Amino acid sequence: MNERPMMLSSVNRQGLTPRRVQQLGYGLLRLISLVTVLPIFLVVVYIVVRGAPSIDWEFLTAMPREGMRAGGILPAIIGTVYLTLGTAVFAVPLGVAAGVYIAEYAADNAWTRLIRIAIINLAGIPSVVYGLFGFGLFVIFLGFGTSILAASLTLTIMTLPVIISTTEEALRSVPQSFRVVSISLGATRWQTIWRVVLPQALPGILTGVILGLERAAGETAPILFTGAAFFLPRLPQSPLDATMALPYHIFVISTQVPGMPVQIQFGTVLVLLVFVLGMNLVATLIRSRARARREW
Amino acid sequence: MSDIFEIEDLRLTYSDNNESLRGVSMRIPEHAITVLFGPAGGGKSTLLRVLNRLNDLADVKQVSGRVLFHGQDLLSPTVDVVELRRKVGIVFSRPAPLPLSIYENVCYGLRIMGERRKARLDEAVERGLRQAMLWEEVYDRLDASGFALSGGQQQRLCLARTLALQPEVVLLDEPTSALDPISTARIEEMMQTLKDVYTIVIAPHNVQQAARVADQAAFFLQGELIEWGDRGQIFVRPRDRRTQEYIEGRFG
Repeated sequence: MNERPMMLSSVNRQGLTPRRVQQLGYGLLRLISLVTVLPIFLVVVYIVVRGAPSIDWEFLTAMPREGMRAGGILPAIIGTVYLTLGTAVFAVPLGVAAGVYIAEYAADNAWTRLIRIAIINLAGIPSVVYGLFGFGLFVIFLGFGTSILAASLTLTIMTLPVIISTTEEALRSVPQSFRVVSISLGATRWQTIWRVVLPQALPGILTGVILGLERAAGETAPILFTGAAFFLPRLPQSPLDATMALPYHIFVISTQVPGMPVQIQFGTVLVLLVFVLGMNLVATLIRSRARARREW
Repeated sequence: MSDIFEIEDLRLTYSDNNESLRGVSMRIPEHAITVLFGPAGGGKSTLLRVLNRLNDLADVKQVSGRVLFHGQDLLSPTVDVVELRRKVGIVFSRPAPLPLSIYENVCYGLRIMGERRKARLDEAVERGLRQAMLWEEVYDRLDASGFALSGGQQQRLCLARTLALQPEVVLLDEPTSALDPISTARIEEMMQTLKDVYTIVIAPHNVQQAARVADQAAFFLQGELIEWGDRGQIFVRPRDRRTQEYIEGRFG
């Protein structure tokens, strides 16, 4: 068999060949992405290393003792769970409904564009502003007091833009042909959305919901004036009770309590981190599973 | 043979001011295959989508004229479009299964109507799949996804889905344009048996197919209906020079 001469590699040019420029470019990009990921990685590792030793059964299930300098952080954990669930109760139906309306029903006119701009801007408002707004509206004007209810509603407003825009995006990614086919078979718009579009968009919507709630779970400023308590001797009994919560508790034990053992601080941070990253992991799993099963 | 559709001076303009139908008047007889043919952009697809008001979903700026279905103007705003679409089904050019099982694809229309009785659904699914000549190939895997089928099978699935509703009219918008010659032949063959039960209106994907399947034919050119009549007249003795030139393949 005659071997053809390898023209390409036999030319051994010196200097910056296009190939070498490309390799250099790739190397540079790889380095830059490493640099961006590195801090996150370091933060997580550092917190795990410093926080892990203080995590035990008592830490997770006991009330704080000795002015929070010993014992566990149960009320803060429970409080964050309550606030997250409370936010979900309001934010999920509202956000999904709004997303469905904008993606499926709203005509493309000035009014819709205004709503969309409002939602985008809502996402850009600093969280402390939400806190003050929630304080004015829910705590004082509506008279809910400093409570889980008021804090959940405040977090809801903050979370809505995320849920609305991801819902809208998830719905838009469902092929238009499904809608046309469904309607051609005598389905109404709502039947089409309910039976075909929503099920296909569900993984995307869920991902958005979880990411939104995850942000709510980790926020301090919005709950600062609306529902978070410095210290409570017992767990909240009703939605109108104030509650301790992990993010605010971290702020408290890091700045407000003299003589605070460092390992408790790191332990608490680790618990919040696991809580938030755990939600993130669930969202990622849902998304990758849905992507693997999707047929279109 | 009585007429199921009577179209009178139908004009339709899309919102980009593209006039898609310029005063079309024709009749579509029952239990026959009416072929709408002509070069792309002639308005065939638009006309099909008027017949079951699927154009409601498109950016239509203005429609005028009358389209009588059993003597009732289906352009009237009081028409129950859901009911109309059950009676006038459509199959699209690209196979478009819903993201459901084969079974659920076929009985989708019935479920939408609120049918819950398993026996009724089973019966409709089998009848639809048999009429679309797909039953033998899928009866043992009705729970499989509609997307698991080949392109030709998917298109017959879409036909079965339309037939399961027992419509009066089946609109076919270039139903074989994405299919291989064997699948195409099967679908054309199927149409000949289906016309005993249904009225078929098809925009074929080329002039050869038009000539093969037509009982009645209408030639469209840039939104205008050049002429229409029965197959012998249109394909053997066209009145208009443009029709003849198109059939002979002098432009396309």
